[in-house]
Amino acid sequence: MSGDDTGAEALLEIRDLSVVFDGFRALDGVNLTLARGELRFLIGPNGAGKTTLIDVITGLTRPAGGSVRFGGKDLVGRKEHEIVRLGVGRTFQTSVVFEELTVVENLDLAASFRRPLWALAGRRRGVSEAVRAALATTGLEELAERPARVLSHGQRQWLEIGMLIAQRPSLLLLDEPVAGMSQDERARTGELLTEIAEDHTVIVVEHDMDFLRRYASQVTVLHEGRVLTEGSVDDVSADPRVQEVYLGRAREEATDAVG
Amino acid sequence: MSTVVTSKDASVAPLPPGRPSWRARLQGPAVFTAVAVLALVVAPLVLEPFRLGLLAKYLVYAIVALGIGLAWGQGGMLVLGQGVFFGLGGYAMGMYLKLTEAQGGLPDFMVWSGVEELPALWAPFANPVFALAMAVVAPVVVAALLGALVFRQRVRGAYFAILTQALAAAFVILLVGQQGLTGGTNGLTNFFELFGQDLALDSTQRGLYFVVAVVLGLLYLGARQLVNSRFGRLLVAVRDGEDRVRFLGYNPATVKTVTFAISAGMAGLAGALFVPVVGIISPALLGVVPSLELVVAVAVGGRFALAGAVLGAVVMNYAKTVFSEELSSAWLYLQGALFILVMTLAPKGIIGLLRRRKEAAG
Ligand SMILES: Nc1ncnc2c1ncn2[C@@H]1O[C@H](COP(=O)(O)OP(=O)(O)OP(=O)(O)O)[C@@H](O)[C@H]1O
Ligand SMILES: [Mg+2]
Repeated sequence: MSGDDTGAEALLEIRDLSVVFDGFRALDGVNLTLARGELRFLIGPNGAGKTTLIDVITGLTRPAGGSVRFGGKDLVGRKEHEIVRLGVGRTFQTSVVFEELTVVENLDLAASFRRPLWALAGRRRGVSEAVRAALATTGLEELAERPARVLSHGQRQWLEIGMLIAQRPSLLLLDEPVAGMSQDERARTGELLTEIAEDHTVIVVEHDMDFLRRYASQVTVLHEGRVLTEGSVDDVSADPRVQEVYLGRAREEATDAVG
Repeated sequence: MSTVVTSKDASVAPLPPGRPSWRARLQGPAVFTAVAVLALVVAPLVLEPFRLGLLAKYLVYAIVALGIGLAWGQGGMLVLGQGVFFGLGGYAMGMYLKLTEAQGGLPDFMVWSGVEELPALWAPFANPVFALAMAVVAPVVVAALLGALVFRQRVRGAYFAILTQALAAAFVILLVGQQGLTGGTNGLTNFFELFGQDLALDSTQRGLYFVVAVVLGLLYLGARQLVNSRFGRLLVAVRDGEDRVRFLGYNPATVKTVTFAISAGMAGLAGALFVPVVGIISPALLGVVPSLELVVAVAVGGRFALAGAVLGAVVMNYAKTVFSEELSSAWLYLQGALFILVMTLAPKGIIGLLRRRKEAAG
């Protein structure tokens, strides 16, 4: 591999990816290439396959066909923790943090996975650099010693993002980080994302168009398991097919809200 | 989404204190010291030899309970077959004792069952170092192999619990079936001396009591150290969200296997101590029911705290002695009822209740 020309070498290459659940094609021939250092938004209506795509990259779901190459290594067939060890980290649509552990303990566990198991037999003394940085980035310093169970929904999402940063992955996959957040929290998260994207390669799943217009540059649109289109926010939101997909959804939501 | 809580709500809600105060931090060591003084000074002074022997037995069970507290309370692995590991340790010790008594000949029960030559399996157990080492190593190896096999396959929850229980049942069948090798239903008994000390003497039994108490104390401190370490935090994380832990880059199977093996090693060591203290090891002492009884004891004491596990083992075994002296048949039902009561009303057990009372008072 000659990856020394520019920063534009492909970090993630997904080819012809298909996932089948009981005969239902959740992903159908998806291709996606992500350059090192890129911030990519992945959008699409409910059930488009966004989470499924992240699940395949991170080893949670086995694809029926296709390949996922990350930094030249094939990820398909590897176990979840092995993929994390290669440098791929993720968050979940409904955030999962360890409620019995404090905020700092959650972050510390995330930061410590490269230590050999026997080295974990010691007590944690103080706060490591990675944890300190994650605390600062997510603004959770004040809550560091609190058990994670007392956090609000938004704070939990931030803690999850913090845990992800503390892992120091080279690729971050965030599944709807602003879902269920208030306007203020969304704005904070948007800034956080921009900050993270400065020195990381990131995929963010999001289908909130406002959020997208504000923080996204490159967007990939998934629809019914396929890549509908790809490009800048302006191009994508001007695309009639995307409008169709999203307007259809907006109409559904409107009727949902009425009914 | 129903879980949405704005950050405003959270800042209004009263938050529990962050770092514990110095007083709170010294409380643990203070209680530990008090219990140690009680066990090592007061108990030997006030208890008659028979009662002290019983206490030694309870403390042996508390060692097994400590392992259960680690595996179940901290790690979420409901281990229903610790009797297997207890038995491996017990038989290792029993074999050594039988061989010293036979003085190069055959153990008594082998003669009775018509065995003519010492089985190859037995021969190395004439060496006390080997026997004692095996009491711990054999359970650790068996648990590690089993753990590596099943945790990798993501067997967990009730399936794992049933598996361990089935193992205990199978182990008993194996022991009973191999009459010439294991003493069958009677097990190994009629021990007279340990390292040249007469086991019938009060002074020997008193010495054994001290050994058991000290071993329990050291294991407790070790287990506490582990619980407070990063590994301990990881173990709790595995208990509460095994699938999430994978995405932190850890393999939960390894964490669980190591913990399961440690708890098995504790049970094995307890088995080895049990033999000279009680004077017998037999299938009835390590089958499904005794294994289950200890899990119930840990639940009653409080499985989420190591001290709860120890307390539960002592309290429940003491209660068992009392009830067996009075009305033995009721004990089984009482135990079952207590278990249900604890699991539904006070899932944190006696320790949980004590702590709650203290919090309410202070
Ligand atoms: N484990 C599964 N078994 C069966 N079907 C599944 C499974 N996971 C996802 N699906 C289906 O696959 C499709 C894609 O789901 P996915 O969760 O990837 O959508 P999404 O784009 O993330 O949607 P959302 O915006 O609602 O999160 C959906 O129709 C979903 O019902
Ligand atoms: Mg999704």
